[in-house]
Amino acid sequence: MATDSQLEIWEVFMQSKSGANYIHAGSVHASDKRMALQNARDTYTRRGEGTSIWVVPATAIVASDPNDSEMLFDPANDKIYRMPTFYTMPEGAKAI
Amino acid sequence: MELLKHSEEENEESLKHFEEKIERGDSIEPRDTMPEAYRKHLIRQMSQHAHSEVIGMQPEGNWITRAPSLRARQILLAKIQDEGGHGLYLYSATETLGISRDEMIAQLHAGKAKYSNIFNYPALTWADIGAIGWLVDGAAIVNQVSLQRTSYGPYSRAMVRICKEESFHQRQGYEIMTKMIRGTSEQQQMAQDAMNRWWWPSLMMFGPHDSESPHTGDAFRWRIKRHSNDELRQKFIDKTVQQAEVIGLTIPDEDLKWNEEKGHYDHGPIDWDEFYRVITGNGPCNRQRIAHHKKVHDDGAWVRIAAAAYRERIKKQNDNQ
Ligand SMILES: [Fe+2]
Ligand SMILES: [Fe+2]
Repeated sequence: MATDSQLEIWEVFMQSKSGANYIHAGSVHASDKRMALQNARDTYTRRGEGTSIWVVPATAIVASDPNDSEMLFDPANDKIYRMPTFYTMPEGAKAI
Repeated sequence: MELLKHSEEENEESLKHFEEKIERGDSIEPRDTMPEAYRKHLIRQMSQHAHSEVIGMQPEGNWITRAPSLRARQILLAKIQDEGGHGLYLYSATETLGISRDEMIAQLHAGKAKYSNIFNYPALTWADIGAIGWLVDGAAIVNQVSLQRTSYGPYSRAMVRICKEESFHQRQGYEIMTKMIRGTSEQQQMAQDAMNRWWWPSLMMFGPHDSESPHTGDAFRWRIKRHSNDELRQKFIDKTVQQAEVIGLTIPDEDLKWNEEKGHYDHGPIDWDEFYRVITGNGPCNRQRIAHHKKVHDDGAWVRIAAAAYRERIKKQNDNQ
């Protein structure tokens, strides 16, 4: 027999217009996928803010540890040859 | 959400990161290490904010079936639905701090968590719906605009979303007041009467004077609070006086006058005895507000239980396939 609870947490991602990235909007409580989608629509798109919604059980999301951010993201800074400005183009070359 | 850890860093080290982030004006995110007192302060403030949005639906909900036109009813219904949404944004932001919505609601019912004192006053006439939208939402907006820059990321993002929705709330209230003041003499009296009853409680929404709650507190140091109670209250008064004048409503304060030197309005003394009387449970509607919330929560229990039972059945069916 199920007991009274506030149901599970689902994270909500919304696409604001066709072609745009899905962006995290917040979360809702729901017992299943269908209810999660309906609640997400009622909660986060009362003014036509979105064209499409993803819902994901919060427990399915894995996050990086903020304390690791240096280790994870700093190496990018010394690989400046990944930036187009690193390269010298011959004078006169166009559209490159 | 699961946190994938690579290194075990000293807690002291990550608390230093917290202070540095605050110093830089960066936002604090749910998985950042934060002082326990910061977390507690936010849980108290944000859950109170969430409860206020939800309890605030009661005085207005009382008028949906009695709205004077279909247009007015649709608008009020949409406004109240927004407030329910605001409550949900804020509960979900508060949950990122490690408290469940179950716990928050239990605290509300037990009287451990508060909601804004203003909702302990009744909405007696249709003009009160005007006064609530214009003055109460107006005061809430001033506070919420300031909180858009609060240091906790999820709180700040909820505020940005809420502020976008709030401006229609204040406008619909002001429109009601405008219509009533241009109506029959009886309607004009109702508008002025609502103004008289809601003005002072609206000023009290900003909380005690700065002299009573010093600037130097943790809330300022941690950039949870960005402007003082008196600063925000002054901002609200300065912009509301002009709006009252435009439609010919009188602000019920004989001491209210423009101070040329300060560039602000001076106002008369606020009756803090009344504030403390109401906030300690002796306002006109305190008992009714919590009793109603409990009743609706209990009446809805079967829906949540049925939804959970349905999920279990589907899971079992899938497992058997
Ligand atoms: Fe609101
Ligand atoms: Fe509002």
